[in-house]
Formats: sequence, C-alpha cells, structure tokens
Amino acid sequence: MSQPRPKQPIPYNMRDAFLPGDAACSGCPIPMGWKTVHAALGGKVIYVIPACCSSVVVGTSPGHSLNATVVHVPFAAAASVASGIAEALEKRGITDVHVVAWAGDGGTADIGLATLSGAAERNNNMIYIMYDNEAYMNTGIQRSSSTPRGAWTTTTPVAGKAEQKKDVAKIMIAHNIPYVATASIAYPHDFYSKLQRAKSIKGFKFIHLHAPCPVGWRFEPQYTVKMARLAVETGLWVLYEYQNGKITLSGPSRPYMDPSKRKPIEEYIKMQGRFRNITQEILEEIRKSVELNWEWIRKFM
Amino acid sequence: MGVRKALTGNHAISYAVKLVRPEVIAAYPITPQTSIVEKLSEMVESGELDSTMIRVESEHSALAACYGAALAGARAFTATSSQGLLYMHEVVHWVSRARIPMVMAIVSRTINTPWNIWPDHSDFMDQRDAGWIMAYAMDNQEALDLTIQAFKIGEDPEVYLPVMVGIEGFILGHTTMPVEIPDEELVREWLGPRRQPYVVDGGSPIGVGGLTMPEETEDIFHGIQESMEAAKKVIERVDKEYGRLFGRSYGGLTQCYRCEDADYIAVAMGAWSGDLMEAVNTLRDQGYRVGVVRIRFYRPFPHEELWRYSGRAKGVIVFDRSISFGGWGPIFTDLVTGLAAYTDKLPALSNIVTGIAGVNITSEDFEKLVKRFVETVEKGGKPVFFEWFKKR
Repeated sequence: MSQPRPKQPIPYNMRDAFLPGDAACSGCPIPMGWKTVHAALGGKVIYVIPACCSSVVVGTSPGHSLNATVVHVPFAAAASVASGIAEALEKRGITDVHVVAWAGDGGTADIGLATLSGAAERNNNMIYIMYDNEAYMNTGIQRSSSTPRGAWTTTTPVAGKAEQKKDVAKIMIAHNIPYVATASIAYPHDFYSKLQRAKSIKGFKFIHLHAPCPVGWRFEPQYTVKMARLAVETGLWVLYEYQNGKITLSGPSRPYMDPSKRKPIEEYIKMQGRFRNITQEILEEIRKSVELNWEWIRKFM
Repeated sequence: MGVRKALTGNHAISYAVKLVRPEVIAAYPITPQTSIVEKLSEMVESGELDSTMIRVESEHSALAACYGAALAGARAFTATSSQGLLYMHEVVHWVSRARIPMVMAIVSRTINTPWNIWPDHSDFMDQRDAGWIMAYAMDNQEALDLTIQAFKIGEDPEVYLPVMVGIEGFILGHTTMPVEIPDEELVREWLGPRRQPYVVDGGSPIGVGGLTMPEETEDIFHGIQESMEAAKKVIERVDKEYGRLFGRSYGGLTQCYRCEDADYIAVAMGAWSGDLMEAVNTLRDQGYRVGVVRIRFYRPFPHEELWRYSGRAKGVIVFDRSISFGGWGPIFTDLVTGLAAYTDKLPALSNIVTGIAGVNITSEDFEKLVKRFVETVEKGGKPVFFEWFKKR
C-alpha cells in the first residue's frame, strides 16, 4: 500500500487474458502472472507448459482458460519444444507470434535445467518465464532446489530445507543470453515493462518471476500480493534486469539497496507457516545470504 | 531418372531426408546413428539442404524439438539408437498421442547394460506400444525408400501418426551398397505440402495435450488404434504409388519371398532376412518347399498377410532378434495371436530368439535351424516351441 500509484494504467483489459473456469486455488499467483504476460504480448502467444500447477490451472480439455494457444509438454521438455516451435515459425516466416515457455521451479531449476541451458546456449528465440513458487506445489508441496533454506515442505517436514535456494537467474546470466530479468507478481507494471523489453529482443530471454503460493507457504490467500511485495521490501527478492554485462536495478527494488530502508526479514518470515520452526541460526544465515546477493548485484551495476 | 551412389545405410537415410527437405532437423549423436546427423549437418552447412538444424543437448530434447517444430507446421526429422531412444521414450508417446506426423530413423543397437554397440532389435521393439507406425528396412536402398515413404504415410489424413524407420547399426548403417537416389523434384511433388490435423502457429487459440477426463483420453487411444488399422491400406497404396513413380515396390506391410507355393514359412525382420532368403534358396535346391515372409511394418502388425501366407502352411518358424523377458520373441507373440484370430487349427510353430547383442547369425545357421524344423514336422514330431539359439 506504500507503493506509489503508477501514472499510466496498463493499456489493456486484463480480463481478456483469463477466461472464466480456471482451476486455480484461491490466491494463486499464476493467473496474475498470465494477465500481465497477456497484457504485454497480446493474444498471439504460444505458451509451452511442462508438468506444473499451470497445466492444471488452465482447466480440462478441450477448453482452456487462457485466451492463447497452450501446448502441454513433458516435464523436462519446455525449452526444447519451444525451440522447435520457434525455429519452425521462423522457417515459415511467421514473425508476429511470441513463444513463451512458462514453467515452475521444478521444471526449470531441477528436471528441466539441462533443457533450459541447451536452449539458452543455442539462443533460440523465446521468452522463458520461470514462475517460482519455491516448491513442487502441483504434487503437494515437496521441496525443490528453489525452496529457501529453513522452509517446511512435505519432504523436509521436520527440520525444514537444509540447503540454500538455487539462484537460476544467476545461472542464466552465465549463459550470456541477451536478456535476464527478475520480476514479482506484486509489481505487474515492472513485470510488464520487462516483458515489453524481452519482446523487442530476438533470442533467448529469461524472466524469473517470484510467485508466492498461499497453499504451500501456509498463509491466507488474500495475502499473495502482500507476501510477494514483502519479499522485495525486505531485500530478499531483488528486481533487476541484466543486459550486456550490466545489471540495472528495477524501480521497486531501488530503495532497498540501502539496507536501512529494508523491512526486517522477520516480517516476511513470520507471516508464513512454512517458516514456523525456523531457528535463529538459520535466520542469520538467510540475512547473510541476502547481503551477499546485494553485494553480487552491486558488482554488476 | 535417379542417380546411383555407393552409400552406407546411414547415408542412404541422410539422402532420403535431403530429398524430402524437412524444415527442421534436430538430433543428438549416438553410435551407430551419428553419421546420419553428421551428413545432414554437412548438407545444411554447405547449403545443399535448406533445413534448420537444431543441435540439441540430449535425445529427449531432440524429439521434443521435432515435436514442437512439427506442431508448428514443419516437416521434422530426427534419428537415434538404443539408449538415446530409451531416453526419448517419454516424448515418443507424447508425439503420437498428439497425432503429429514426423519421421525418426532408428539405427538399431542393443540396450545397455553391459555396454555394447552391436545391433539387435531390442531398442526398436521397446517402442512397440507407443502408437508410432514402425517400419524396418532390409537393405540400404529400402532404408532410403522407406524414409521417403514414411513422410507420405504419416501425413496421410487417414493416419496422422509419426513413423519410425529402423535399420541395423553397422550391418546396414556402416556398410556401403549401391543405392539409387530418386529425382528430388519428383519426390517433393509426390509428397506435396505438409499435412497435419491442426497447426500450432499462433492463429486462433488452441490447447494441445491438456488435462483430459478418462473418457476423452480413452477416445484418443482408441483413435490411434483405428488409424493403425486404416494405415494398412495407406501403406500398401504408398508402396504401389512409389513403385509406379520410382520403380521400386516392396509389397506393403510384408515382403513375400518364394512363399506362394511354400509348405513352410520362415518369418524375419531386418537385414538378416537376406541371409534367410539365401538359406531358403539352398533349401529349395534340396527339395524343401520353404518361403520367407519378411516383416516390413511391425506396427500396424501384418496379421492378415501372415495368415494369407502361412495359414495353409504345415509349419511357421519365426526368428526374433529381441526378447520380451519372461515371454517370447515379440514377432512370434504377435504372429501366433494373429493366426489365432483366423483359425483354431494352428500350423506347427517355432520361435527362435537369436542374434542378440549383435551375435553373428549366418545363412548357414538359418539353413540348419529351418531344416531341423521342417524335418521334425515332416516326421510327425513336435518342433521346439521356443529356443534361444546361442552360438556358444
């Protein structure tokens, strides 16, 4: 609520993107993300979706709740199927259609990582969006490599996840692709402008979209946006763009370069049932990793 | 009209692909398939072949990329072997369920472990329930012809299924034979523009492969089964058309060799069918009335032809180059089931599983095994129902 209201509304009726009858849980960040993608790219989008919550959220065949073409693909295959579609479109001279690989953290950071890396290295023309809800939510909240340290999941049920969150955006920067960005469903204008940028570039574009899941993170569904915003306000999730060897900090994250402006991490952590058993020691480690991340970002600015 | 070249089986397939000119090729190297993709890369880079080559990081991605390209309206081709095919297996199913035609060459090699690069049919047979049309060539010329025909068959509106074309690695894959390469223009004219049931190209929104209720999913399975039936006629028609245009016709789903007047039928698939035919020539000289039915298409399974040729035979001996562990050879299992659909009085039957992992089986071996089978039946004895014939 402290966020200043943008001067220009997004020039699009977001209701056009998402049709009635989806199968999302209440408070699900996925439709929020899709609305922004649709606003930025219009209806001429081919979504390539591997196994993940989104493959359920679109509803049952033969209809689907996204007002765009959707291709469901095997778990590890989003980036490779999208490569094939992109190359075929190019060969057929179709240039006004965007191929969007839309995958969760499991399909991106884990089972799909080699495929993602292959497509990025080939610089195939697509926008790859990893919507990161930080666990395998579709199968019922099992840990992924993108689950943060200390979080409860059904496969880290007692002590919480022992390992750190894998930073996929950094991995993608190492691929020297034309565009890497982080985004958050709490900042649709920022996400929108990043999609606009991605749309204007030919080649492989990667956007890491932070997407809190009320069911998996154990918070009330009405707080999804608040939770996503707190991740940014505490400095835990930093919004930036990477192009040509440089990082540009995005508007919403700019104030938090200064640690004194950041909200305490506890404010974010305490609102989520998944961190109920977190120890002071792990909290300190998270604080340290936030600092290290900012330091790393500063080096590229 | 065509040009004759000395080509390995692998390069024969590469040349077939060149004639078809698929818009997209994606492949990952694996022995003994590698020289197909190497040759195609050479053709693409030299400008001889106007296709897009996606050099992927795995076989799973090779087939996935071809799937994406074919969805988007492109002709697509890939090739693989053994472990690579197993790694693709998930996507193999995905392509057929989506009813998207494309062509994949399988250069057969046995399945690990242990490491072994010699051929048998175990990789090919491992795909038999995936809903692909499955063809297998006997020589390099047929490898080329079948690869071209595969595009025509798969894209037929009565079929709309992907097609795999098999050859044995090294035996055909790396052995040079004279091969006639048909006229490029004529091939393209015959194939015509790409046909597929729907196209994913950003036009009106469609959903492919989404969550489906049990009844609808069953309909999709059933549709594949029906198309497999319909494909039989299409395969025969394509073989005849091809013969008329390019001068080579093979006989549809099977090839019959001296089987019209045979009392005994020997059944086989792949390159060693030639050795079996040689053995049969020798046996004929010795007065044994034996013929060979060669399986050209394993799916759809040619049970009508097998009944036609072997229904009135005294005995049928089936050579399988793979094994369904705990059961029998897959060709044999299908053949017996097929015959049982037509008669309750089966001929004498024998299944020889042999040549596993590249063990060399010669025409002398075939001669010995077929002769023993015929003599046993002639003497009123019961031939061995199943035997794993090992060379040591």
